[in-house]
Amino acid sequence: MKLRSVNRLTPWLYSAAALILLITFTYVPVANMIGYSFTDWDGLSSERDLVGLDNYVKVFTDPRYWQVFLVSMYYFVASFAQIAIALYFATVLSFKTRFRNFFKGVLFFPYLLNGVAVGFVFLYLFQPGGTLDTVLGFFGIQDTPHWLGDPDIANISLASTSVWRFTGLTFVLFLGAIQSIPGELYEAAEIDGANRWQQFRFIIAPGIKRIISLSFILAISGSLSVFEIPFVMTNGANGTSTFVIQTVQTAFYFQRVGLASAMAVVLLVIVLVITWIQRRIVPDEDVTLS
Amino acid sequence: MATKHLLAVGAMSAVAALLLAGCSAGGTGGDDDEIGGEITVLTNRTDLIDTLFADYGAEFEKKYPGTTVKFEGVTNYDQDVTTRLAGGSAGDVLALPNGLTEGQIKEFFEPLGATDELAEKYRFASEYAYDGETYAISVGGVASGMVVNKRVWADAGITEPPTTPEDFLAGLQAIKASDPEVVPYYTNYKDGWPVTFFDNERAIMGDPDILEAWPEDPALWEEGKYAYIADGLLYDIVHDGLSEEDPLTTNWEQSKPDLAEGKIASMLLGSWAVPQMKAAAEDIGADPDDIAFWPFPYQTDGTFHSKIAGDRVSAISSNSSNKATAKAWLEWFIEDSGFAASQGAIPVPKDGAMPKEIEDFAATGVELVELNAAGENAGKEAEIYNIAEIDGTIYRQQLIDVARGAADGDWDSFTAELNKRWGAAQADVMG
Repeated sequence: MKLRSVNRLTPWLYSAAALILLITFTYVPVANMIGYSFTDWDGLSSERDLVGLDNYVKVFTDPRYWQVFLVSMYYFVASFAQIAIALYFATVLSFKTRFRNFFKGVLFFPYLLNGVAVGFVFLYLFQPGGTLDTVLGFFGIQDTPHWLGDPDIANISLASTSVWRFTGLTFVLFLGAIQSIPGELYEAAEIDGANRWQQFRFIIAPGIKRIISLSFILAISGSLSVFEIPFVMTNGANGTSTFVIQTVQTAFYFQRVGLASAMAVVLLVIVLVITWIQRRIVPDEDVTLS
Repeated sequence: MATKHLLAVGAMSAVAALLLAGCSAGGTGGDDDEIGGEITVLTNRTDLIDTLFADYGAEFEKKYPGTTVKFEGVTNYDQDVTTRLAGGSAGDVLALPNGLTEGQIKEFFEPLGATDELAEKYRFASEYAYDGETYAISVGGVASGMVVNKRVWADAGITEPPTTPEDFLAGLQAIKASDPEVVPYYTNYKDGWPVTFFDNERAIMGDPDILEAWPEDPALWEEGKYAYIADGLLYDIVHDGLSEEDPLTTNWEQSKPDLAEGKIASMLLGSWAVPQMKAAAEDIGADPDDIAFWPFPYQTDGTFHSKIAGDRVSAISSNSSNKATAKAWLEWFIEDSGFAASQGAIPVPKDGAMPKEIEDFAATGVELVELNAAGENAGKEAEIYNIAEIDGTIYRQQLIDVARGAADGDWDSFTAELNKRWGAAQADVMG
């Protein structure tokens, strides 16, 4: 009897460290945030009044909070480019390519850089007469726009920066999945006379379907919650503000933590719903290749 | 197996340590009435803690034996310290973070004394006064105005400060005409905070009670009113193409040597910026005497008016466990340390002599005005701005975007929208 209860406790003891960290630093703060979202707390004082659903009503009725989601479209479109580039390189580098380890390093390197550093590097790149203009000048392109100053281009510049930074991560996800496909399959396919494209189309693509669909979920939730790059590079000015930047500004510039919490909860719910819809459309079936 | 257990124990104790660390943010030592023990001073001047402040600390400890003064520099001051205030561990004496409301200041800070009494010996004593008590006091004052490279202006034929916004714009045009390489006015759009100085010239109307009247006005951006004049000047500068080419890539640190060298002709800041620009001039081998300080181009009754006000104010945390020492430090810092003089700032004690820069500035016929803090309406202004979600930086950046044609609208539509938002919040707060 005694042994049984100890046995029952053992798995909990092993996971206790992880559980305590998870609960303390994830679930408690989220629960607090949901609590704040029903108050008019200013983020500081010990007093806060319950205001019911007022904050949510404000978020849903004021178009200023919704317009910024249009900016997310730039990042969403860019994430398709990101997935395509990553998939291409992951496939090419999974075959025997010369210097493949070197290229893997080159592709993954941007992801290792601190996001703030990336922001600053690209800030200099995009300056008038900066690196990008100089390089384009070598090719005889003189009349370049203001990469960040022109409101029609600013978001594209920022989204490209985001692609540059995150392609490495997607690439590594794809590469790992591709390498878990048993090598005999390629050999068999080669004996059957399949070329590289056919190998990709009928072995690699179905083999990493789950990772590709995961990338799309990440792309959607990622593009809704873009923050770092536009925050560092433009601080949301010039029409590059995103929903998260607006949330931060609401909380810390206007000291309306209650309202900002409601915005954060709304974003969380949106991401959850999108993930759920995506799982309905693309069911998570097991892929067997052998 | 044994090693795995050890790992688990290690992880557990790490978690326990984390949890405990969260709870142990208490103060140390010291009786409440006696001067002695340790105090912690939070400052935004991270550049001075190991040099000037360390010397001040040693001097203070010599005057009051048994005391220890510790300094902590905080880089991202306003946000970090605001968070720490709520957590209750913001030291004993600290520079007041910007953007707090009256209720918050009363909750988190200790009154320093009756405003009437303090006002007899100190300038700026009424800036953070609520119900007759002062909660925070400046450690040095600054005058508002324009930092210019007077050589560049003289090259364009202008040697005297322009007296109207129109003259100023004409001056910028003349600079642009005489040397197209020079940026006549630099907004510092990317860094954001420098554009808020267009809010800092409220003395130009010569009305010392403007702060009390401010929250009572249902529409700030109307012709003849301060916000219309100041923001209007910013709009016209940008609209006429007299500011930097790409505002999104401006750089504050770079703007200092650029002004010193004459690549930039003017920036609206404050007298505090003059020593920094002169230092930049010396660093790059330019002439520091080219840097001049001019009043905002607007006259009331034929006179320029410049606002003098406390720069960063200091206050004592209500969570301090050593308030007597904290107060002694603050008084000593204001009266005896010589900090204001070392920064070219206006000394806070009324008998202190004005620094040379400010005296020269006043000698050109500028009346220095200390604005009276809002009384009845104290704190209302910040409240209205917060509810209206009008942020001094963000809306001026948008104004610049509109002016340079990067966003839809024009001056009329933009100010109409601002008036609408301000008006709704104003009605809400002032009822």
